Amino acid sequence: MKRELVCVACPLGCGITVELSDSGEVLSVTGNTCKRGEAYAHSECTNPTRSLTSTVKVTGSTLPVVPVKSAGPIPKGKLIDCAVALRDVTVKAPVKIGDVVVKDILGTGVDIVATNIAEVK
Amino acid sequence: MQNYDLVVIGGGPAGMAAALKAAECGVESIVVLERAETLGGILEQCIHTGFGLHYFGEELSGPEYASRFIELFKDTNIDIKLDTMVINVEPDEGKNIITAVSKAEGLVDYCAKAVILAMGCRERPRGALNIAGTRPAGIMTAGTAQKYVNIDGYMPGKKVVILGSGDIGLIMARRMTFEGAEVKVVCELMPYSSGLQRNIVQCLEDFNIPLRLSCTVIKIHGKDHLEGVTIANVDENRRPIMETAEYIECDTLLLSVGLIPENELSRSAGLQIDNITSGPIVNQDRETEFRGIFACGNVLHVHDLVDYVTGESQIAGAGAAKYIKGLADNDPEYINTKGINGVRYIVPQRINLNGDEDVKLYFRVGQVYRKANVKVTCGDVVISNKKKPKLAPGEMENVVIKQEQYKDFDRNSEIVIEIVEG
Repeated sequence: MKRELVCVACPLGCGITVELSDSGEVLSVTGNTCKRGEAYAHSECTNPTRSLTSTVKVTGSTLPVVPVKSAGPIPKGKLIDCAVALRDVTVKAPVKIGDVVVKDILGTGVDIVATNIAEVK
Repeated sequence: MQNYDLVVIGGGPAGMAAALKAAECGVESIVVLERAETLGGILEQCIHTGFGLHYFGEELSGPEYASRFIELFKDTNIDIKLDTMVINVEPDEGKNIITAVSKAEGLVDYCAKAVILAMGCRERPRGALNIAGTRPAGIMTAGTAQKYVNIDGYMPGKKVVILGSGDIGLIMARRMTFEGAEVKVVCELMPYSSGLQRNIVQCLEDFNIPLRLSCTVIKIHGKDHLEGVTIANVDENRRPIMETAEYIECDTLLLSVGLIPENELSRSAGLQIDNITSGPIVNQDRETEFRGIFACGNVLHVHDLVDYVTGESQIAGAGAAKYIKGLADNDPEYINTKGINGVRYIVPQRINLNGDEDVKLYFRVGQVYRKANVKVTCGDVVISNKKKPKLAPGEMENVVIKQEQYKDFDRNSEIVIEIVEG
């Protein structure tokens, strides 16, 4: 079986063709222009993941929210659940880039970290 | 009057990279004038990742990408004036006058040997679209919604229709979904999306948000607040096909219908604006037709990737440094670049054949091509002819012309880039 993908590893968006066996094993990957593309094709056909970005509320700062991201990829199926969980998170200023905002979100083993500073008001 | 060697207008990614590069090249007195309260420009509200893969070799969010540059300013003596709005540029070779206003200093004139224009771009608003119907609240550009959600921390609505498939619109479709909104449809007038393929996959397909191509909003409904829109497919002349009209209930309409370089200052300074890019005409140093006035980033032409903005702005910064130090070529011999057969525009628009470095020409195509050749010629000389698997309007392409090639080009010719199909 063949699967056509658009690589999301970087903004180039290469078209990738993956050949899969009947049991879903990846037999070949073509069309990618870098190693990240090959890794993406494997992951997308076996265990698709995405990185998550959102904001969380912050108190005592000049701004009401601070942006965050997942420190690593999250299983695609858990993306919305993680985003919903982040709506109820509040942190206190000061926040630095890289500060862990939520440890091991929803048991994924992935931390949510701040991607901007939040200075104390 | 305050005197500087270099005044940089705008402290977004373009202005930051240009100022830092000029400092690195030995320019000692530089000021960056920025109208917002922080450096970073639009990156501050672009909290998604995808920035920096080319430049830093890692995937960063907008604020992270900006902070890498903001940090570098601490080791320089570049002056930064925030909350400062430039209202006029009076070109006068070697002693240009830049007028700015700020709460802190009032009205100030700056005199500068060189100026770098790095004002970025602006979103095309509803007024530019002529959509019929009422004028209720709830209609805004995708970037405005992005600021509301990511900086101000509140959601503008719950049921969303997006008109235009530019990247900001696609990114906001996912962002609003994460915050609990229902994004009903993204309508794109053209038969293709102007956004990056990866954003169609990871912002729409991942969440089963439909993308309707050749489709537009033909009517707005609602008195005080938006209640719904009527959408319809369009024919090949972009005229709505009334039989396909469909009412969609929504409280928010986001517009992601293109970006326009913000060139009011350039125009009033008398700079010639390229009709296609909507930015000034520049040479390979990103110097405009006025000596010592440079332009870079989205004010020059709208880029897909901030990494390219950084690269281009470093070229402008180095060019300004060369000019300030008196090392610029005083007797340039220019030929123009020209896009034909599917190539909509090329930047730079002209090349000084006495240049001492290879030149990268950036261009954009007007439609989607598969397996087409990019042919570059100068007179009868074929400079290159490379096969490309895919070319799309949303993705900027480039070709390199080596210095040893262009130095001998006919002074009366032009460099032509074209797409050859089949």
